[in-house]
Amino acid sequence: MTKYVVKRILLMFLTLFVIMTICFILIKLLPLPLIKSINKDVALQAKKYEQRGYYKPIMVQYYNFWKNVLTSWDWGMGEQLYTDRAVWPVMMQKLPYTVLVNLYSILIAIPLGLIFGIYAALKKNKWQDNVISTLVMVFTSVPSYVYAFLVQYFLCFKLKWFNPVVLSQDQAPLMSWKMFMSMVPAVLSLGFGVVAGLTRYTRAELSEVLTGDYMLLARTKGLTKRQAISRHAMRNAMVVILPMIIGEFIGILGGSLIIEKIFAIPGIGNVFVDSIAVKDYNFFMAETFFYTFIGLASGILTDISYGFIDPRIRMGSKK
Amino acid sequence: MQNELNGQFPKIPKEKLTLIQRDRRITDQKLETKSIGYFKDVWLRFKKDKSAVVAFVLIMILLLFSMFVPFISPMDVSFREESFAYMLPKMFNNTGFWDGTFATEQTQGGFDILRGIGVESGLSPVVGTVRESEASDGTKRYSFRQDSYCTPGYEIKVLGEKEYKAMMAYQDEHNIQILYPVPVTWNVKFNGYSAGNYWYKLKDERPTSSGEAVYDENGNYIPNYLTSDNPNAGDYTSLRLPGDNGGEDGKTWYTYAMKVQGGYRVRINLYNDFIFRNGFKPVFVFGTNVYGQDIFSCLAYGGQLSFILAISVCLINFVIGAVYGAVEGYYGGTTDIVMERISDILGYMPFIVIATLFKLHLQEQVGPLFSLLFAFVLTGWIGMAARVRMQFYRFKGHEYVLAARTLGARDRRLIFKHIFPNSLGTIITGSILAIPAVIFSESMLSYLGIIDLNTSSMTSIGTMLSNGHDCLRTYPHVILFPALFISILEISFNLFGNGLRDAFNPSLRGAED
Repeated sequence: MTKYVVKRILLMFLTLFVIMTICFILIKLLPLPLIKSINKDVALQAKKYEQRGYYKPIMVQYYNFWKNVLTSWDWGMGEQLYTDRAVWPVMMQKLPYTVLVNLYSILIAIPLGLIFGIYAALKKNKWQDNVISTLVMVFTSVPSYVYAFLVQYFLCFKLKWFNPVVLSQDQAPLMSWKMFMSMVPAVLSLGFGVVAGLTRYTRAELSEVLTGDYMLLARTKGLTKRQAISRHAMRNAMVVILPMIIGEFIGILGGSLIIEKIFAIPGIGNVFVDSIAVKDYNFFMAETFFYTFIGLASGILTDISYGFIDPRIRMGSKK
Repeated sequence: MQNELNGQFPKIPKEKLTLIQRDRRITDQKLETKSIGYFKDVWLRFKKDKSAVVAFVLIMILLLFSMFVPFISPMDVSFREESFAYMLPKMFNNTGFWDGTFATEQTQGGFDILRGIGVESGLSPVVGTVRESEASDGTKRYSFRQDSYCTPGYEIKVLGEKEYKAMMAYQDEHNIQILYPVPVTWNVKFNGYSAGNYWYKLKDERPTSSGEAVYDENGNYIPNYLTSDNPNAGDYTSLRLPGDNGGEDGKTWYTYAMKVQGGYRVRINLYNDFIFRNGFKPVFVFGTNVYGQDIFSCLAYGGQLSFILAISVCLINFVIGAVYGAVEGYYGGTTDIVMERISDILGYMPFIVIATLFKLHLQEQVGPLFSLLFAFVLTGWIGMAARVRMQFYRFKGHEYVLAARTLGARDRRLIFKHIFPNSLGTIITGSILAIPAVIFSESMLSYLGIIDLNTSSMTSIGTMLSNGHDCLRTYPHVILFPALFISILEISFNLFGNGLRDAFNPSLRGAED
């Protein structure tokens, strides 16, 4: 098990390294973004670029890039976006918003998803199941931004229950009721998809488990239906469901670019979109690293958690 | 026994032996019943899934809509009527539903202006019954349904000589009044509506005017046009308003145009001006957006782009993924490991990063659409390859493959003739289910503004959503139709794909019955 985990992690870093290398070279092959601002001295700007080493050969820049990142976690300075501020601290300053919104949404969504899924599985092929399954189908297919528009229009503009955009940190502290209330529309919009996905998953797993022979045995030996389901069926269904939830938790760091844009959440995703719009390559590289890392880490964590949760699964073992 | 029997006929004369068949070959008899092939079976089972069939029909309707509306519709993406921005959807006339009207409540001034627009040209923004009420401060309030198509009203504009002449000729020919007399207050910059709408005697003629009118003894508006003793002032020789008969002294003619540098200053009725310039009445089934673009036509263009992009991406991915996965799965071993690593690395690159890099590098050479297509193709085949690889691992050890190999079939033949057809079902399903994903990603990227597919001849659903979101509070119809379109499309494709997956899965045969 340990060997497998170590191997997976090493492989992850190798993949990360290759991806970063590809991105770095492709970015550096592009011309530096033109200095458009009028009131800035172009010569001065060029001097600054030279000092930061943007005119050196790509291989030298590449070496310096890794040296800075690995020795001092220095991802460079913002050029077009947050000019002359260090990239990583700016991103970390934005991260709490993204994390908070997504954390709220999955904390609400997971119990709901499990409850609906279990209910649908227990009522399989009855009308309750049909209703839930149809809704799940609709909610997993409809793009998340459509709910966001609906939520924003009806709850924020028509009923005026919530603020249409998330408050900034000057308006309310991050961990406050006011801030939470302003996040509710975004949380709801994100939640629909998660609830639907989890419901579908739980229903599929549980209804498969329920047909198992050991369920019949459990009933035969005298357990009530409730006991049989909670002690036997749920445990076995959880083997598959739990890793998915764990993967979901890592995913909250990444958040949703489009929801952040719609509700003007000053999160890490918005920085990414902005950095692409204004061609700030340092931010772009750091964000690429961040998102790639999250993707890789959630994959690994999901895989490994199978091994931890279910003793029957030996990860990476030979046949 | 045999010998004994043979012994009975020691000598059979040769001429008694005849060949029973010589002219025909004996082969297996054809089965009398009709056989059901794999695809026929799939079709039979697909037909039973009603929701999938409905979804398929919906997809076809949306596809036909996207493909044909651009040819039929008189308006396209480059069609822009800035004065007709945010028109409401209009399908029926005067029904109160989907007829381009909305309920509104106005003060005396606002009501006077809107009614005035109608009094002059007969194209009244005030439709239906008007209900009067009294506000808490004692002033009157009018609530009625307002026709958004007539609300633009009039505009003071300077026309070039050629356009002016053409407009007069059109008026004479079709008997439609486009040019209306210029009011005295034409150069006041009113706060509310454009100056062209203040044609009557106002209680207050300052820019802050509420628009309240001074009525004559019969309760009618008192026109406040510029007049002159020359009926043809500003070279105007065309239709005149009914009351414009020179006045009592025969010398007060309304002024329809003022000659200025570079042309004529005129006051035009925007509704009729629209007919003059486009040849049809302004009716927008889905309304218009901030630029006055017809949402119905734009949606068809956007849908067309989505369909073309998604289908071509899926076809290309189908080919690449099938070949890549087949090679991986068939050869296995080191080839498999190396190729898996490559697809792993590509697969873990965030798609938005790939799209951005392609855009930055290729957009100028090949345009935004192709750079996006390449981005989709770069990583899109991975899922397909993984699926094909799995199928190959499953089938390559089967006896029939072994038999074919023993008979001397080469690798290529084994791959494409023997194994590949078995995995076709999974692959087709995978391709179909990839289409909604591509459409979603495309709309997301264009919504975020990372990819700009908006040109004079194309638009994308994401851009339309983004435009609509800017006016979500005031004009929700702008976002409603694109959002509805993409939602129906996504649901239908998913239902259709799921139905197809079940139909292609032979283990479910007869499970529903």
